[in-house]
Amino acid sequence: MSEPLVGIILAHAEVAEALVSAVRAIAGGDHGLVPVSNAGCDRAAIQERLVAAVGGRPAVIFTDLPGGSCAVGAGGFARLRPDVRVVTGVNLPMLLDFAFHRERSAEEAAVRAVATGRAAVGGGGAGQ
Amino acid sequence: MSVDLFRIDDRLIHGQVVVGWGQPMGIEFIVLVDDEVRASEWEQELYRMGVPPSVSVIFANVEEAIVQLPSWQADERKGIVLTGDIDGMAALCAGANGTVTRVNLGGIHYRDGRKERLRYVYLGDEEAAKLRRLAEPGVEITAQDVPTGKPVPLAELLA
Repeated sequence: MSEPLVGIILAHAEVAEALVSAVRAIAGGDHGLVPVSNAGCDRAAIQERLVAAVGGRPAVIFTDLPGGSCAVGAGGFARLRPDVRVVTGVNLPMLLDFAFHRERSAEEAAVRAVATGRAAVGGGGAGQ
Repeated sequence: MSVDLFRIDDRLIHGQVVVGWGQPMGIEFIVLVDDEVRASEWEQELYRMGVPPSVSVIFANVEEAIVQLPSWQADERKGIVLTGDIDGMAALCAGANGTVTRVNLGGIHYRDGRKERLRYVYLGDEEAAKLRRLAEPGVEITAQDVPTGKPVPLAELLA
């Protein structure tokens, strides 16, 4: 892959900006991550923000809530873009891993992000 | 009546609908009235995504919605009927023989030519007039994005 992937975080309120801020604090630098908020957007405006953020580049779009307007908008956007993949349920561990593994296809990165994000969710039981 | 909420929301099915209203109201079905989505399998897939399996999602165009509305209103389960714009809701209300008495404005966002009325409601003059006409037969129109938000009556919204 000649061009490192960009990671678009499309999420509610200030979540995306906060996640990128956390990545900066931990990893230093943005590592190709671009925050986008859905605040004040109808469906068309979400598409416009995605077009502006992604451009013609290969990308993974990380969204927060499955079935939310961000995930629905990202799904619609990626449908016509084989070089763009969508991951829902974004968390900080998957973003930190993505930050250092961007030299691959969007599909490979998305599959890896799902695995990393899932593996990071734990606790809840006794002794955790 | 088991359609507990008639809502205009240009994001259609999304977090505020499924979680914000759906959870506290115990919603078991959501009807999305939108001609374009009704005609598109892949868009329906997207809107089904993230709706819990315990909640049925029904897609209808406006004509179908007018015909099927009485069965949704008679349904034992609690439901939400959504349209993406004022025209869709106005057509549905016009075909509903006065059985729709309350309409929720959940989200009409910024576009050129619209003026801000609330953070989540922007209306052009023509749209404001359409809402006034919709309210004339006694339909109570209130803006409220989430159940914990302050309900704003249409008169106050357009003042």
